[in-house]
Amino acid sequence: MMKPSLPSLRAEFPIFTQTIEGHPLVYLDTAATSQKPRVVLSAMQTFYEEDNANVKRGMHALAERATEVYEAARSRVRHFLQAQCPHEIIFTRNATEGINLVARSYGETFLKKGDVVLVSLLEHHSNIVPWLQLKEKIGIEIDWISIDPDGTLNMDDMNEKLKTRNVRLVALTCVSNVLGVITPYKEAVNLAHKHGAVCLLDAAQLAPHSPINVIEMDCDFLVFSGHKVYGTTGIGVLYGKEEHLRRMPPFLGGGTMIQEVHRTMFTPADLPEKFEAGTPPIAEARGLHAALDFIEGIGWEAIHVHERTLLTLALEKLIALPFIEVFGPRDPQKIAGCVSYVCSGVHPHDLTEYMGRKGVCLRAGHHCTQPLHRFLKAPATSRLSIGIYNTEEDLTRMVEVLEEGYHFFTGK
Amino acid sequence: MDIYAENILDHFRHPRHFAPLLHSSMNHEEWNHACGDSLHLWLLLKDGKIAEVGWTGTGCAISQASMSILSEEMPGMSEEKILSLTKEDIYTMLGVPIGPRRFKCALMSLHTVKNAILKVQGKPVQGWVETVGLEKN
Repeated sequence: MMKPSLPSLRAEFPIFTQTIEGHPLVYLDTAATSQKPRVVLSAMQTFYEEDNANVKRGMHALAERATEVYEAARSRVRHFLQAQCPHEIIFTRNATEGINLVARSYGETFLKKGDVVLVSLLEHHSNIVPWLQLKEKIGIEIDWISIDPDGTLNMDDMNEKLKTRNVRLVALTCVSNVLGVITPYKEAVNLAHKHGAVCLLDAAQLAPHSPINVIEMDCDFLVFSGHKVYGTTGIGVLYGKEEHLRRMPPFLGGGTMIQEVHRTMFTPADLPEKFEAGTPPIAEARGLHAALDFIEGIGWEAIHVHERTLLTLALEKLIALPFIEVFGPRDPQKIAGCVSYVCSGVHPHDLTEYMGRKGVCLRAGHHCTQPLHRFLKAPATSRLSIGIYNTEEDLTRMVEVLEEGYHFFTGK
Repeated sequence: MDIYAENILDHFRHPRHFAPLLHSSMNHEEWNHACGDSLHLWLLLKDGKIAEVGWTGTGCAISQASMSILSEEMPGMSEEKILSLTKEDIYTMLGVPIGPRRFKCALMSLHTVKNAILKVQGKPVQGWVETVGLEKN
């Protein structure tokens, strides 16, 4: 196999032609949103310039083309996830909306007061709050799978809770958006099924870094966001097993999702339209299609090697700094996408703002994971997250500016 | 120009009045959960005026420097004077441009001292909307 030379990919991303106050743009915030390659932007522009129309019922050439574009994107996602059929793919606004759809539609219909939804301490608020809302609404209970000090999911604890509590649904992230720790999600799905619970996987942070096979994973539901896999904002994906999706009532009501509407009742459309009320994100679907072609054109093996090299280097450099505390596993094999840390004597917001002014873009805060940050006993962290366009020079520059920032604030 | 001007960094590195006040009349604590910042304020009041101030806290340079700078101005101020302070007064004391991303850091000191005085007066504490003003966020 040819040695991958991913740094050349940078040229495919128009945003990197700029500088920030004279400094090169070092983008290490891909876990928040990825930058977009030219092929994605041009595919969307071409759609608007040549094929734009609303999908489904327009009786004209453009409507036909737009519908083809939209449904081709659905097929593309189906292949990306290796799902059985295209109608198991529901387009949403983002991963968050996918989880809300499941909590509202599946949760309100098939869960009842006293049933337990099991989540982990690694979850993003998007995989916590919809379940808390369900708790408020119908009285389900929420229990938490604990984690080890380095963020590894405690499978014994999960097993114990499945054995002793009435767990009907497990909602688990595949990769932590803070610690980067990869959870044993396949094992977790098996364990959930063994105890009669369904399993939803949040793949928002997995999808940019690893191939996904929903049949092999055997998850009941899986969500991800388009904008984190080099597509644009405004589109996300919910995969659901057909047997579940068929039985679930619609989530949002409106156009497209109905068969018949009368003055007193309606009947819902078939899958997948049942869950896609209103005009969908058509151009965004075209962009996502192009993004998935782009990623798989590079190849997962090349992406894996490149990103692992970067994470190894990032860990090495950060651990070597005496004033930096790194959270999560120190083993780059156990993480994907990101590393979070705090700097002694400097608040992450100050440090990250300082770095941002030097063109080094990171994120600081609790990263929508307050329960996890309470566990870490850190109100906030700085997070670096990588994508296919990052280089070793990016990390060298980050550490250089990080050291400068430490001296700037502490005067040491 | 820079929010991390020398005076801000100086107050952040060497905060003034940074200790609990053992003989205080009252104390009050505020948190900004979004940032994880906290301020704990102790006041000694005499004849309706601030006689002594002490505080501790954790957070970003702006939030801590803002409290430090305000704590230097507070002794001698009446309760009513404290309650009439505006965000512009704080911005003037800081002397650096505060943008929309950092205004809560800058104004946490004001929020804390105002609520401390309201507490002293037996009135309900106010929310961020009242501290910050309606026109901005």
